[in-house]
Amino acid sequence: MSSPPLDVDALLDDPAIRILVCCGSGGVGKTTTSAALAVRAADRGRRVAVLTIDPARRLAQALGLVELGNEPGRVAGVPAEAGTAPEVLDARSGEPPREVLDAGSGEPPREVLDARSGEPPRGELHAMMLDMRRTFDEMVQAHSTPDRAEKILANPFYQTISTSFSGTQEYMAMEKLGQLAATGTWDLIVVDTPPSRSALDFLDAPQRMSTFLDGRMIRLLSSPARAGGRGLRKVLGAGFSLFTKAVSTILGGQLLADASAFVQAFDTMFGGFRERATATYALLRSPGTAFVVIAAPEPDALREAAYFVDRLRTEDMPLAGLVLNRTHPVLARLSATRARDAADELPGTSLAAAVLRLHADRVDRAAREDRLLTRFSRAHPDVAVTQVPAVAGDVADLDGLREIGTRLAADGPPSALVPADEPEPAGRP
Amino acid sequence: MHPSGWPPALSAVRLHVVSGKGGTGKTTVAAALALALATGGRRTLVIEVEGRQGIAQVFDTAPLPYEERKIAVAPGGGEVRALAVDPEAALLEYLEMFYRLGVAGRTLRRMGAIEFATTLAPGLRDVLLTGKAKECVSRKDRAGRPVYDAVVLDAPPTGRVVSFLDVTRAMADLARVGPIHSQSGGVVRLLHSPLTAVHLVTLLEDLPVTETLDTVAELKAADLRPGAVIVNRVRPQWLPDRSVAAAADGRVDAARIRSGLASAGVALAPEMIDGLVAETVEHALHVEVEAAAMARLRGMGALLELPNLAEGVDLGTLYELADALVAQGVGVPA
Repeated sequence: MSSPPLDVDALLDDPAIRILVCCGSGGVGKTTTSAALAVRAADRGRRVAVLTIDPARRLAQALGLVELGNEPGRVAGVPAEAGTAPEVLDARSGEPPREVLDAGSGEPPREVLDARSGEPPRGELHAMMLDMRRTFDEMVQAHSTPDRAEKILANPFYQTISTSFSGTQEYMAMEKLGQLAATGTWDLIVVDTPPSRSALDFLDAPQRMSTFLDGRMIRLLSSPARAGGRGLRKVLGAGFSLFTKAVSTILGGQLLADASAFVQAFDTMFGGFRERATATYALLRSPGTAFVVIAAPEPDALREAAYFVDRLRTEDMPLAGLVLNRTHPVLARLSATRARDAADELPGTSLAAAVLRLHADRVDRAAREDRLLTRFSRAHPDVAVTQVPAVAGDVADLDGLREIGTRLAADGPPSALVPADEPEPAGRP
Repeated sequence: MHPSGWPPALSAVRLHVVSGKGGTGKTTVAAALALALATGGRRTLVIEVEGRQGIAQVFDTAPLPYEERKIAVAPGGGEVRALAVDPEAALLEYLEMFYRLGVAGRTLRRMGAIEFATTLAPGLRDVLLTGKAKECVSRKDRAGRPVYDAVVLDAPPTGRVVSFLDVTRAMADLARVGPIHSQSGGVVRLLHSPLTAVHLVTLLEDLPVTETLDTVAELKAADLRPGAVIVNRVRPQWLPDRSVAAAADGRVDAARIRSGLASAGVALAPEMIDGLVAETVEHALHVEVEAAAMARLRGMGALLELPNLAEGVDLGTLYELADALVAQGVGVPA
């Protein structure tokens, strides 16, 4: 069982794709993958914005994100200037991408002239890191009068909601994506999604938050006497007043009072708020959006990826494919058993013995990774997959991101090392 | 390079909180730790708080209800019980204790009122979860002995664990009086006492190690006690130390490999030798990254190692991991 290959370059070059959402559970390399995709797309001529959520320090530096800004900033060094960075070659053909060839030949490429300048497109990369609180503040300001906004921003309950409510990050990532898309400035927006246990949180959290802010419960609890909950209270009888009493005993009167004031100030915004979330959700379902699901070759990560793929299908959201990060393809055809047997014949200190044993380990590891991927592919045979062989250490600069990009776009191990006329190595069925 | 093992002070700990960056295997390690601590006739409880049923998966059983049940037998007659705490059920349990909600409680839950209350004050959720853990730690049998020799708490990941354990701060959001408030004092005392330790699971990679170091500092600043750093999925190093630097630099003697292979009766095409060289370079780079990560962890106190299991983790390998922990000194003294 093998999956169709995910043609990353075709995806990045497709002018119809305007938004690329990178999803996956925590710890699978989502942020790095999003950044690598964005750099590659810009190198290939697109005007790209990448929205990262919580990049590691060195990756943030590589993207020029040293200080928090809530708008995308231009990343220097992208696209690569000739001579300063490795040339971007098409991973399949080994040649420069078409755009570059065309530009070099003096002939502007057909039908891809910039609408404004009438010149051949020039890639650009802009990067930003989500500032959750600021995005929320700006949204409040945009949806209410200055007076009311001030009241909301000063409410202690708002401070909780805007910083530590679970789901705020996801909601604000969606909000920011909606804003960036609305400007029409970029050919392609690559979105990293918040780190969470479950990839599904990204889709569910905004909905959860909208429901919460919708306020029926808030109203019931904060002023049960006035809220339209009479029918409900009748049903529940004395239990309800006991409950509100219990809850206010636990939460404290101040918190409920703050929540109540917050709701009153927020009330007029709910329409805009919900509408906005709905619009962003619609954007995610539009044909201009593609989802890339990212996983590592570990059972948990692939299980999450499978849930997410199923969910996208249910929601009619377009899935481009699966990126399987950090794989360890075998680079020499020699079975693990044969390698270990041979190592046993050699003195323990010999270099060849060490090499044979590390190779045998690698064969076992690759076999396990293959089994995990096969299990996924069996359940999802039509999902395109690309494997990204692991790089040692951390990606800390643009060249590192370009290397990941090359691996993303290549399909499988370097072909020179695995001649097609050799039999498959044992352990890689 | 060798880890320092489990110091005697950690054997007196009753509440073992296990955290780690996402993807490091903290749930597996928490399960192995519960098994290791139960070895030799002890009884331990492993508590899950994130509603993921990860413990059930690791032990290969059906999803756990909100009740303590036996989940595994430890070597030497011990037993491990497991509990998946559901904060909503825990809140209802509290409310029931002080107010007779009866049917209304269930209806409110169905309406989302309970979820609403725990959402309204995010700290409430944490207070309920740590409160339940405290109750399990201090529960005694008729003879007045603790029901559990040790309790292992599979806590939220490193990014959230300190605020999760900072009950004092969470209580600031809540009422100054009432049942939860009066109970929270005991929870705070337990969490900040030598009876509690926070173990951090990491891999020998840059990001998880950075997060581990940051979390140790945060724990200390919050007056919580870091326990052991448990390095998970350690892979064997096959190249001798003296060859690592050269190999990582791309200097691997292909001719020597070829002649070595030949003397073991293996003849490979030149491209295959190139492949072995490339694998060796990657292995060496990896060894260097791991050594650098290990160097940063040294001085962090107790350091334990768990081997990488090529076949992944199932119930059988969980016992292997528990054995590895016992071999490094993990256990409850008689």
